[in-house]
Amino acid sequence: MAASTLPMPGKRFVIGVPYVWLIVFFFLPFLILLYISFVDMGNDINPFKPIWDSQTGLLKLKYENYWSIFRSGEGGPMFQTLYVEAYLRSLWYALCTALLCLAVGYPFAYFIARSSPSVRPALLMMVMLPFWTSFLLRVYAWKGILADQGVLNRALMALGFTSEPIQLLYTDVSMLVGMTYVYLPFMVLPLYANLVKMDFRLLEAAHDLGASPFKAFWLVTVPLSRAGIIAGFMLVFIPSVGEFVIPSLLGGPENIMIGRVVWDEMFTSNNWPRATALAVVMIALIVVPLAIYYHHTGDAAEAAK
Amino acid sequence: MKNFLEKHFSKLWLALVYLFLYLPLIFMIVFSFNSTRQDAEFTGFSLRWYEALTRDTKIVEGFWLSLKVATVSGLLSALLGTFSAFVLVRYRRFGGRTIFSGMVNAPLVMPEVVIGLSLLLLMVGAQNFLGWPQRGMLTIIFGHTLLGMAYAMVVVQSRLLEVNRSIEEAAMDLGARPHQVFFLITLPNIFQAILAAFLLSFTLSFDDVVIAEFLSGPGVNTLPQVIFGYARRGINPTIYAAATLLIATVTMVIVGYSVWVARQTRQREREIAAATRAELTALGVI
Repeated sequence: MAASTLPMPGKRFVIGVPYVWLIVFFFLPFLILLYISFVDMGNDINPFKPIWDSQTGLLKLKYENYWSIFRSGEGGPMFQTLYVEAYLRSLWYALCTALLCLAVGYPFAYFIARSSPSVRPALLMMVMLPFWTSFLLRVYAWKGILADQGVLNRALMALGFTSEPIQLLYTDVSMLVGMTYVYLPFMVLPLYANLVKMDFRLLEAAHDLGASPFKAFWLVTVPLSRAGIIAGFMLVFIPSVGEFVIPSLLGGPENIMIGRVVWDEMFTSNNWPRATALAVVMIALIVVPLAIYYHHTGDAAEAAK
Repeated sequence: MKNFLEKHFSKLWLALVYLFLYLPLIFMIVFSFNSTRQDAEFTGFSLRWYEALTRDTKIVEGFWLSLKVATVSGLLSALLGTFSAFVLVRYRRFGGRTIFSGMVNAPLVMPEVVIGLSLLLLMVGAQNFLGWPQRGMLTIIFGHTLLGMAYAMVVVQSRLLEVNRSIEEAAMDLGARPHQVFFLITLPNIFQAILAAFLLSFTLSFDDVVIAEFLSGPGVNTLPQVIFGYARRGINPTIYAAATLLIATVTMVIVGYSVWVARQTRQREREIAAATRAELTALGVI
């Protein structure tokens, strides 16, 4: 069988164009990022110094940018810096977002998967439709909904739940509402794709054998949808860690996440080496859960054999 | 009892989650027609915010810039994404395949802040060494294309994996040249996916604020950047008017697209049925 449908020059072209593009716009920038994270901070005109010592001609790597992320001041305690706090906060919020999306999205995806095949396309389309309109505008609208004098507070007061407005905007609540809102489709779609393939006769069998609905769900449905749960979790968790827009529109002033910190170091403090070092650590933080994910999916593939 | 509960609970849950998904859209549509700068009370119907929108040069200019950027980067993404999908699906063995697949997929998981930052460093470096490119429309296009092609690749790849290779082989056995096989068989088969890839990368670009914030120059602001600026300052119903127009456009495009797909599918089914009938008639079966 022919290895390709294209003659050799065509093959070289098809591989070459995206390859060169990726090397220029992905690989090279990443090398520059790595490079700057190992050099000294410069002045206003040159934001960073060259890596070669001009007098001795020797290479000098500065690990200081990385150390300064974890060590506070001279001889201060390790791991208690604002940067470490921002990383931990980002991971924590990403975890909360993923769990909230799972809690809201699992029953949702399950009910869509169990609805009649004729209405399923419409139900799915309705999940996707808001996704195609600007996410920024939808997050912005939450500001109006959650404001002190906003629609939600007025409704709560009118219904007699509270006599005065509750502070919702610029708190953890508003930020998690925004994050869950934006990332929910990323949880629902892989879960749906997984659940719709499930053989629901297995549930009937479990029921016939005397399992309660809850027991059948917990012992049959959940284990069978493990791959969907993990995929959805990763699809929500990974982008949440670096989220920049939602925290700056809905989050409180004290809940600064790592994306914002990188931005501030770059443009406010003009400390390019530290901004790049923070970005490199951020990538490392995302690679670890990804490695776990691939390890797990590898397991799943092994088990399926 | 169990069935009754499950039936109603499922309907209630679906309704609540859909309400959650659509609440911001309903909110924006309603308050875009409000007569005052109010975010909680509907004080009367008015079109003043739509009129304000046409006079807001920042929004209008941002819209045209975003449209240009999204169109160009959407086309580039669809092209590069299709190429990449071909490379990954059809060329199983070539030097540097692992690196290639890693590089194509990486933007899917990299935080946008990191992508924006590293591309900014590249542009600053290129500006110092080559004197080009100036930060502005072109640099935003580069950034959005890098992001868009990763998504475009995923869309085209999944379709390409489904293409029945034996049809291509049959065409080749019948003497079709490789480029004829590609343009007459492969391309029509994956065209819908390429279109979807274009639409997806167009939307990503039209929606992105983070990469644009890193890569745009002074005075060059895409629509999301303008909105982001307004959003940090406070209530501005002009934004709701813009949102309502966007929601209307997207809804029309999506509904139109699904009608088109449904019609195409039906037409193809009719053609297949007609061809089968003709063949059976020719064979004297009917």
